[in-house]
Amino acid sequence: MTEFVGKQKVFQSWVREKLFLGMNLKAYLKNLIKPFNIVAGIIVLVGLPFIVMRYAQGLGAVTHASQDQPWSLFLSWGLFTGVPLAATGYIMASAVYIFGQKQYHPMVRPAVLTGFIGYFFAVMFLLVDLGRPWRLPYPMISSFGTASVLFLVAWHVALYLSTQFVEFCPAVFEWLGANRFRRWAIAVTVGATIFGVILSTLHQSALGALFLLAPGKLHPLWYSEFIPLFFFVSSIFAGLSMIIAESTLTSRFLKHRYSPGYLARLPDLTLGLGKAASFVLFTYFGLKIVGLAHGHQWDLLSTTYGRWFLVELLGFVLLPSFLFAWGVRSRSVGLVRFTAFFTILGIAVNRLNVSLFALNWKLPHRVFFYWKEFIVVIAIITIEILVYRWIVNRLPVYREHPGYRESEFEESFQTSKAIL
Amino acid sequence: MKISRRRFFKIAAAAGGAGILGKSKPARGVEQFTGWPDRFGVLTDLTRCVGCRSCEAACNEINKLPQPKVPFEDRSVLEKERRASAEYYTYVNRYADPKNKGQWVYRKAQCNHCDEPACASACLVKALTKTPEGPVIWNEKVCIGCRYCMTACPFYVPAYEYSNAFSPNLVKCTMCYDTRTSKGGIPACVEACPMEAMTFGKRKDLIKVARKRIMDRPDKYTDHIYGEHEVGGTCWLYISGVPFEEVGLPTDVGTKPYPEFTRGFLSMVPAVLVVWPALLGGFYMFTKNREQETEEEEVIPEEKEEWS
Ligand code: SF4
Ligand code: SF4
Repeated sequence: MTEFVGKQKVFQSWVREKLFLGMNLKAYLKNLIKPFNIVAGIIVLVGLPFIVMRYAQGLGAVTHASQDQPWSLFLSWGLFTGVPLAATGYIMASAVYIFGQKQYHPMVRPAVLTGFIGYFFAVMFLLVDLGRPWRLPYPMISSFGTASVLFLVAWHVALYLSTQFVEFCPAVFEWLGANRFRRWAIAVTVGATIFGVILSTLHQSALGALFLLAPGKLHPLWYSEFIPLFFFVSSIFAGLSMIIAESTLTSRFLKHRYSPGYLARLPDLTLGLGKAASFVLFTYFGLKIVGLAHGHQWDLLSTTYGRWFLVELLGFVLLPSFLFAWGVRSRSVGLVRFTAFFTILGIAVNRLNVSLFALNWKLPHRVFFYWKEFIVVIAIITIEILVYRWIVNRLPVYREHPGYRESEFEESFQTSKAIL
Repeated sequence: MKISRRRFFKIAAAAGGAGILGKSKPARGVEQFTGWPDRFGVLTDLTRCVGCRSCEAACNEINKLPQPKVPFEDRSVLEKERRASAEYYTYVNRYADPKNKGQWVYRKAQCNHCDEPACASACLVKALTKTPEGPVIWNEKVCIGCRYCMTACPFYVPAYEYSNAFSPNLVKCTMCYDTRTSKGGIPACVEACPMEAMTFGKRKDLIKVARKRIMDRPDKYTDHIYGEHEVGGTCWLYISGVPFEEVGLPTDVGTKPYPEFTRGFLSMVPAVLVVWPALLGGFYMFTKNREQETEEEEVIPEEKEEWS
């Protein structure tokens, strides 16, 4: 009996420490009542009935249900925009573990977490959008359309989601205090990173390659044989900008979760990322020009679509490239951070253009999306943010484990070399 | 479903990069081939169509489609240009005749049953397949409802049952595969047409018929068989008295089979799978080495902004 009570005590204190941030239930609930949570709660509550409606009455209940434009905002945002923005994980992991940029090490964990959650929610969006979501595993287990680019995307997203989970495992095990498991997880880090980069290269570009099959439907200014390359390269600065944006918000609102050392180095690291983003954006700009020249599309620039294309190219690619460069030069962390948010907007503009606005441009009657789709998207994004915050409030994401040694990564490399 | 070990590896390889390392055979209907030799097709002669919608009624009946809101005898639906939908596989549209003022040209439309269908190459679960007999058919049992096929089809054919929550279907013409053509019959719409605007037969014979009609009456027909080469060839062919762009058939779809558009990308995948690990591993060793050297020199590198 006493043993049982003892166990219960241990459990209670575990719950208190690990889940309720060291508070008892009452204090924890009280602590939840904050403006941010209330607003987030309302958004989610408004969105939930629409999500229920989608499953009870079919996709048509919440989407525009267009036969001509079969993909809704769920995919345009959730998959086509969500996946490049979740490129954070592979970018930081490869920068640190493969290219040896050790000073960015504290950024790897938040980046991997952002990536993992981004992919996880991309899958959630898929589950909302697929006509028969319960068949999501079919391409993996029972029916293989190997000639389809989407088949590649499905496999890679599934594999990469698992890879990122492995990459994040050390943090989970530190939280649970499972040291032995933590060492195992660290032992596979370099291998997982290399695997993750390969997968990312392929599926980031494959998302673009999906549109290769719509030559007559996608506006010629956006349609290009290079579109896989465009999607891949833009995922790099999308990821870089996301890391800057994410650290901007969390270093402000979740400051207490940061180790002082990391917090002090953050401005310098931000400038470094800004420099990289500026460079990649400029490269991307060059590639787009090459694509334009390759397709002899100059004359189309004077049409309405052409002007919109120029807005995207000059306003959301070239401009942020310069802003980043300028911010780095003048050592203005604020400008770099602003530009990061701006670049994220630019990525959304590009992906929505390709998958929504410039697709089926020849049809006389266009529908883009229905307001209910928008509400569902906002609700899911809010849940995404809440989940992210829940995790970083508990797990060691912005601080290094006291037992962290760089040598562990050498061991990790030896292990993965042995495996590969 | 049982998967043998061998098959599993094949699939795994394909999953990694669709058709890689060892050259695994691409899916039927999307591989490079000139088409099933004895495939069937239909030739629609637009000069004969009078827009009576008998074909629509016959299609509705044989496929047990929902009763339409407007009866088939009512021709007022022709006032608006339509596309295939979840309620009907086929439809007739009318277009102003550019040759005779005040007259109409009618076009019956449905899935064109491409020889190398974009929709089949888009499907990630092989729910859409090209049969040796010609029709492109959809398998209810595996479709996950991603609707990529709808994005891919150059003719805006497949439609989706958006209002069905529990078993939404992809809807498109089957050339009466299950009910008739696989049993030696002819499609219901072809049979129902009072004007004999459509001819069912082997595709290669239909091409000859079409060519002969054009040759015999060059004044009546435009010298073009739509579908002979478009998107690599379709089983449903059209001849017309007016240019095809006047009757809503896209003339900018080219003659390249659609699966070709993604083949280049898919064949690049194996290269990435082989080169990347080597390259990245090499980079890793390189940075390792450099670090060790610098450590020996006891210089602490200040390279905060140097990676890009
Ligand atoms: S017309 Fe469209 S739906 Fe029909 S076979 Fe061709 S690509 Fe597929
Ligand atoms: S909607 Fe169905 S048939 Fe069309 S591509 Fe997706 S799984 Fe295949």
